[in-house]
Amino acid sequence: MDDTADLTQLDPRYKTMMRLVAAIFAAFLFVAASIAEMAIPGWTGIVWVPALLVILYVVIWLPMRRFAARGYSLAEERLRVVRGVLFRSDTVVPFGRVQHIDVDQGPLERAFQLATLTVHTAGSHNASVSLPGLAHEDAVAMREEIRAAIRRDTR
Amino acid sequence: MQPVQSPQRTDPRSFAVRAVMMLFQLVVPMGIAAVTIFDEGEFAGRIAYAVPFIVAIILFNVAVAYLQWTRLTYTVGEADIRVESGLLSRAARSVPYERIQDVSLEQKLLPRLFGLVEVKFETGAGGKEDLALTYLSEAEGERLRELVRERREGDAPAMADTVPAKAPPEAAPLFAMDGKRVLTFGLFEFSLAVVAVIGGLAQQFEFLLPFDLWDIDGWQERLAGPGQWLAGLGPLAQVVGIVMALASLSLIGFATGIVRTALREWDFRLDRTAKGLRRRRGLLTRTDLVMPVHRVQALRVETGFLRRLFGWHSLKVVSLASDSGAANHEAVPFGQMDEIAPVVAETGFALPPQDTGWMRAMDRYRFDKIVLAAIVLLPATIAAIFIADSVQWLIPAGVLGAAVVHNWWRWRHDRHAIDARQIYSLHGWFSPSLAIGSRVKLQSVEILQGPIARRRGYASLLLGLAGGNLRVHGMPVERAREWRAGILDSIGRTDFSELVEAQVDARAA
Repeated sequence: MDDTADLTQLDPRYKTMMRLVAAIFAAFLFVAASIAEMAIPGWTGIVWVPALLVILYVVIWLPMRRFAARGYSLAEERLRVVRGVLFRSDTVVPFGRVQHIDVDQGPLERAFQLATLTVHTAGSHNASVSLPGLAHEDAVAMREEIRAAIRRDTR
Repeated sequence: MQPVQSPQRTDPRSFAVRAVMMLFQLVVPMGIAAVTIFDEGEFAGRIAYAVPFIVAIILFNVAVAYLQWTRLTYTVGEADIRVESGLLSRAARSVPYERIQDVSLEQKLLPRLFGLVEVKFETGAGGKEDLALTYLSEAEGERLRELVRERREGDAPAMADTVPAKAPPEAAPLFAMDGKRVLTFGLFEFSLAVVAVIGGLAQQFEFLLPFDLWDIDGWQERLAGPGQWLAGLGPLAQVVGIVMALASLSLIGFATGIVRTALREWDFRLDRTAKGLRRRRGLLTRTDLVMPVHRVQALRVETGFLRRLFGWHSLKVVSLASDSGAANHEAVPFGQMDEIAPVVAETGFALPPQDTGWMRAMDRYRFDKIVLAAIVLLPATIAAIFIADSVQWLIPAGVLGAAVVHNWWRWRHDRHAIDARQIYSLHGWFSPSLAIGSRVKLQSVEILQGPIARRRGYASLLLGLAGGNLRVHGMPVERAREWRAGILDSIGRTDFSELVEAQVDARAA
């Protein structure tokens, strides 16, 4: 389990959702940049050009990188969550250490039929490990799988 | 005795304690109010009007406290402990014996004078939601504790109050501290923070002091005395003056350390009981706490910069339960390693054996940290040499030097190891700390790599531990993966519920 080859990718709709969230931020930035641009005499583009570059990075490039960096696996009765573009974190929670499981849907996630799966452990570090960007039915299926494993362990 | 007790009230004296405490709480703000309101003139005349009101308020409060006391009852039932309370609104809480993790007894100063204890039923719900009975007599508290323990263990309800208290003489304690030890401990607890604060305050509020702390001439005069010999010593006298100022400050620092330590650790005693380690300590507020052995998650052996030279260490127990907020229970606050070893053995852990395969962090991890510090601080130093007028460049240069020494020291002394059962991580600079974790009792494993770490091939291993942290930085990434595979293997063999209930299972088997 060293490499990232056996990881499952998140739902592609998650990428779209991240773009949408970034676009909302970008819209604010664009408005602010436009105001600043109009305040400066002469249409120099001194604010617009960097602002547009930031917007392109945040809306197009970053969601792609983040999506590519994320992955999960449920092999060997362990939940493994890999994430992070700059700081890569690779977390493994054995099913036997899961205290309880949440499946959450925010308003945007509902619109995209996505869900966030969160498992809680008794540890102070990684007290909760969340995995966003799952198709809702997948998240529910994963919850059932983890729950079944817990019940089997506890007899 | 009948299996179900009728509802009982708390000890009548607890009403007296409450009333006294309340009076203090009332009298102090009233005194302040009196001073501010009746600031100018006619003091005696106005106070005559106020007295009846004050007396009425006090009487009203005492009456309410009395009624509350009459309405608060607890019932020791077949399956649970029930507490009903409330004057206008009634509240009833029931806690099943199975959910009571432990019963702790606490004595603050005032209740202690009356021979009363506060009995807390810890359910693991955390903090405020736990059931507490204030106050019961010491014997009743002890009886309840024994009763809950016996019920939990599923024995036939042998009523504890047929045996008045714990009659058999106690065995020798696992660890105890006498007055001399507490005093030594206090010396090492020299409080630099207090010294800094008082030093600062002395400068701010020097008008309040009868003399000026930093007034070198003043010290000179005071020291000179009749002989006036100091006056003739010139610059040396100034040195003596500064030394005296520092000496008086450090005296305060030592005194604070000793007093604080004595208040907390007086008559420290750690015993091995059937259920766990029982710790009693405190001079004015005496606490009595049991740390169940099967809930110990990890151990921490700590020491200090100076006390290490004398071989003094402390042992902390990282536990699932909370010790009034702090998750780390001090099992041995101040002892030599040969005193700590038997306590460690009792917790089911072991100190690292002689032949432990210690490993260091990667050289490049520390090297990169030094380089990073240099990238920031070297330009700052150079800039300071050219811009600032005096020797201010010494500040960034000094910080850089400290960073280099720090990382070199950490590289030399920090180490980690793993064996079949446990994980060890020795780390620290001023106060080295050895963490001992059990492989089975971990909750999750995370490998974290920053952008530099990814290129240079090292990683941090962050382990999820109930009630604490266990992390190893700067491991080669292959080793981190190896450790993770091994640890996950160990974890996979035991379910969490078996961990928590380990002792119950063992007893049932």
